[in-house]
Amino acid sequence: MVVAMTLDRADEAAPAPSAGALFLAFLGVGLAGFGGVLPFARRMLVEQRAWLDESDFNETLALCQSLPGPNIVNMTVVVGRRFAGPAGALAALAGLIVAPVTIVIVLGALYGRFGALGRIPGAILGLGAAAAGLVAATAAKMARPLLARRPVSGVAIALLTFTAVGIVRLPLPMVMAVMAPISIILAWMRPR
Amino acid sequence: MKPLGDTLLTLASRFAVLSLLAFGGANAVAPEMQRQAVSVNHWMSGKDFAALYALAQAAPGPNFMISTLVGFRAAGVAGAVVATLAMCVPSCLLTYFAMHLWERYRQSRAGIALMSGLAPVAVGLVCATALLLARAADRDVRLALVTGAACGAALFTRLNPIWLLAAAAALGLAGVLG
Repeated sequence: MVVAMTLDRADEAAPAPSAGALFLAFLGVGLAGFGGVLPFARRMLVEQRAWLDESDFNETLALCQSLPGPNIVNMTVVVGRRFAGPAGALAALAGLIVAPVTIVIVLGALYGRFGALGRIPGAILGLGAAAAGLVAATAAKMARPLLARRPVSGVAIALLTFTAVGIVRLPLPMVMAVMAPISIILAWMRPR
Repeated sequence: MKPLGDTLLTLASRFAVLSLLAFGGANAVAPEMQRQAVSVNHWMSGKDFAALYALAQAAPGPNFMISTLVGFRAAGVAGAVVATLAMCVPSCLLTYFAMHLWERYRQSRAGIALMSGLAPVAVGLVCATALLLARAADRDVRLALVTGAACGAALFTRLNPIWLLAAAAALGLAGVLG
């Protein structure tokens, strides 16, 4: 009886995916997303395959966002490792990037050859202007919580970083070496 | 022309550094990518960088594909592969080995200070990216209007961004944008 119940429960949870299954699942994610694939990763992991529940996903995302590097790439490593070890991490990462890399190489080659033809430059100008708008929207969304509840120091840090990198055009490693420690120390000293 | 091996080494070392500095994702390091590609290594013009960034956004997949395109422009397919891997591998290794530390320390005072300290830096970096892209892209009032419209639509509607990019490209194809 007890055995049967345990088996039932095991049936309900999705079985741990193999490296091959991880590769294929992230291949789909890589092909799906335009302008960022995180929403598609969430749909695949939580809703379609049930490999993670909602709070698992949020925790994994928080981890990936707190580490450097493309967030979605870090997520393939966390999810892949959890289910299938190093091979799983590698398979998930490869699945995510192999198709998009191939596609942008083809696009890059086409741009090199036909980028100046007819009205294509106009289309690319339009794309560039819209892409800038999308990044501006992302920046605004990221700044919202900062403006809403962070103390003045956080806003000052964001403004200084923006000025150093965007206006003065200082090298990023230099800016990070100064701003990151200052900002972390300020956060450490902040009364809670 | 520098030999291919030198270019590949430069790509690998520059993007490996970017990988470890990309708090806030690939958007945060675009200004440094542009600085390296345009001013430091002269792989392309500022206009080309803006065009490649737009292509990367319009293609399916993660938004760090701009690094693949910079590598491709600098050193062909080998450069594309090297830049992509250099952008992924260092942060992946860090993630792989930091997973368990994070579980243990994220609620600690140091963990919280680390995360809330890095957040405003990331905001500043992504704002810088937006400024540089807009500066490169918006060469007249019409293009600036497209940027403003795309930004507004992304903030206030739930439209998939691909439709905004497609609409802007269509306006360009129709000859409206110059």
